[in-house]
Amino acid sequence: MAERTTREIYLGEGSGTGSGSQHLYVNVGPAHPAMHGIIRILAELDGETVVKADVEIGYLHRAFEKECEGGPYNNAIPYTDRLNYVSPLINNFGYTSCVEKLLGIDATERCQYIRVIMSEISRICDHLTCIGASAMELGAFTVFLYMIKAREYLWELVEDVTGARLTISYARVGGVKADLPEGFALKLCKAFKETRQVLEEVHKLLTGNRIFMDRLVGVGVLSREDTVAYAITGPMLRAAGVPYDVRRAQPYWAYDRVEFEVPTGRNGDNYDRYLVRMVEMEQSMRIVEQALDAIPGGPINVDFQGKPMDPATYVDLGKQGKTEGLLLIPITLSPNLEGLERPVHHRVNVSDKRVVLPPKEEAYGSIEGLMNHFMLIMEGNGIRPPRGAAYFPVEGANGELGFYVVSDGTDRPYRVRCRPPCFPPMAALHRMIEGGMVADVVPTFGSVNMIGGELDR
Amino acid sequence: MDGQVILARLTAAFGGRILETHDYRGDHSAMVDRSAVLDVLEFCRDDPALRFDVLMDLTAVDYLKYPGREFGPRFEVVYHLYSLPCNHRVRLQVRVEEDEAHVPSAVGLWPIANWFEREVWDMFGIRFDGHPDLRRLLMYEEFEGHPLRKDYPVNKRQPLIGPRI
Repeated sequence: MAERTTREIYLGEGSGTGSGSQHLYVNVGPAHPAMHGIIRILAELDGETVVKADVEIGYLHRAFEKECEGGPYNNAIPYTDRLNYVSPLINNFGYTSCVEKLLGIDATERCQYIRVIMSEISRICDHLTCIGASAMELGAFTVFLYMIKAREYLWELVEDVTGARLTISYARVGGVKADLPEGFALKLCKAFKETRQVLEEVHKLLTGNRIFMDRLVGVGVLSREDTVAYAITGPMLRAAGVPYDVRRAQPYWAYDRVEFEVPTGRNGDNYDRYLVRMVEMEQSMRIVEQALDAIPGGPINVDFQGKPMDPATYVDLGKQGKTEGLLLIPITLSPNLEGLERPVHHRVNVSDKRVVLPPKEEAYGSIEGLMNHFMLIMEGNGIRPPRGAAYFPVEGANGELGFYVVSDGTDRPYRVRCRPPCFPPMAALHRMIEGGMVADVVPTFGSVNMIGGELDR
Repeated sequence: MDGQVILARLTAAFGGRILETHDYRGDHSAMVDRSAVLDVLEFCRDDPALRFDVLMDLTAVDYLKYPGREFGPRFEVVYHLYSLPCNHRVRLQVRVEEDEAHVPSAVGLWPIANWFEREVWDMFGIRFDGHPDLRRLLMYEEFEGHPLRKDYPVNKRQPLIGPRI
């Protein structure tokens, strides 16, 4: 670590004790370019050394937990997108898996693999953003551009699957919104090729780079004991030498059927966190490739025979009582519902009519389907897990992301608690920056990868 | 370690101060008497067979409008513990009455309890005895009420605050 310098600040006549130096209070944030969200660090400086720091959060509080209580179970899914807006898919799946646990149902095999694939893609996006932004703050703008380029390829994949880049709302209780689109594997191959190339370039640019290492090695250290005592999980815990990963320790979805390494560091400093994240991206790609090989159900070809018919005509016919043979006639679905056709629907959703909306052909084309649809949509009906509570942890990009849902037997969650993975590191941030230089606040804060959305909820 | 064994061990060590235990959907929980909560937490952390070294989560639930619990103790503080060496979890729950909404603070056991407890105080108005710095965490100081309480009026207007001079 560089030698610390202490400089006296001239504060004018009559200030303080006269000849001695005085501590200076500096507000880092709430609105500061190096603050990834809105957060305030009130730092007490002695020269350039941070003597004491008080971290203040809550600027992005949107009452997530309160809002979830206000609507049916599926209504909380769009809110979970906004928790971690760099890897929203993991939040989606975490929440729905928790509700599924409450209901006592398991997602279908194919759906579990889809969740694994999409979660890992999100994890790569998250790590790319974290390292890119941290490197940019240290002056390596090229790395940021490269990593955002790679993220762009991955976000295109996400867009292909979910229809949106960020506010994806892809998960449903009991399944996912739609199946993987055609040609997904091919696009994934291309995106991963690009990502691997970017990672290789970044390795050459950063790993072993004198300037980069000088800023990161030995900076922001948190000992193994402190990391555990502060309940920090994810890359930061692994960088401190504890190989804890929910995917490995308590496997969920299809994680027990794929092979991957859990990288660990030794020193728990910013450089180890950087290395752990770099390796994890490689491992995530490995998981996705294995999952894609193992995913049950081959290519999906939906081929309708006969004359298509639009839903309005269908409903009219139904009103006239001409329902005989209606189910046999295929109907045209809006292109927005691609991937939701009947054959696909059964593959990615559980066959539990109390939980999953029927395929749209059935909702538009048969009275049973329509009733099933309304039974789930009407207020006071919908998904009604039995009374009780469940906690479901998943490995988010920053650590353990847990949802604790309490049900009172109605169609609205009684209480939704999200255990945000970047909350504990933020609580420990003052420990990491106190005693260091004020310039080291920025890389340390970058290594925490704070996501305001999930921190403040 | 199996969840049932954890619960049995807790019951054996604390007897009547563990009010009830249950296992729902694979989550093992124990209802702990408020006077025993620090002892139980410390036992969980230091017992060589349990070794719960991570306070994974600390939150609360307001049972004011929960069917069948309208008259019972209003709040429940929920601790989720995880053990890194043994790879097992347990949930501890503590019931708290509204008119004496306070629980002993766990800051002495785990430093992360500091922020978790500040959040619970902020959101539910449950005090933690012995907490070194019980300020609001997510809301601002001038905020009136505790928003995650079930009787908090959602449309309530809060005082606007300008920049502090």
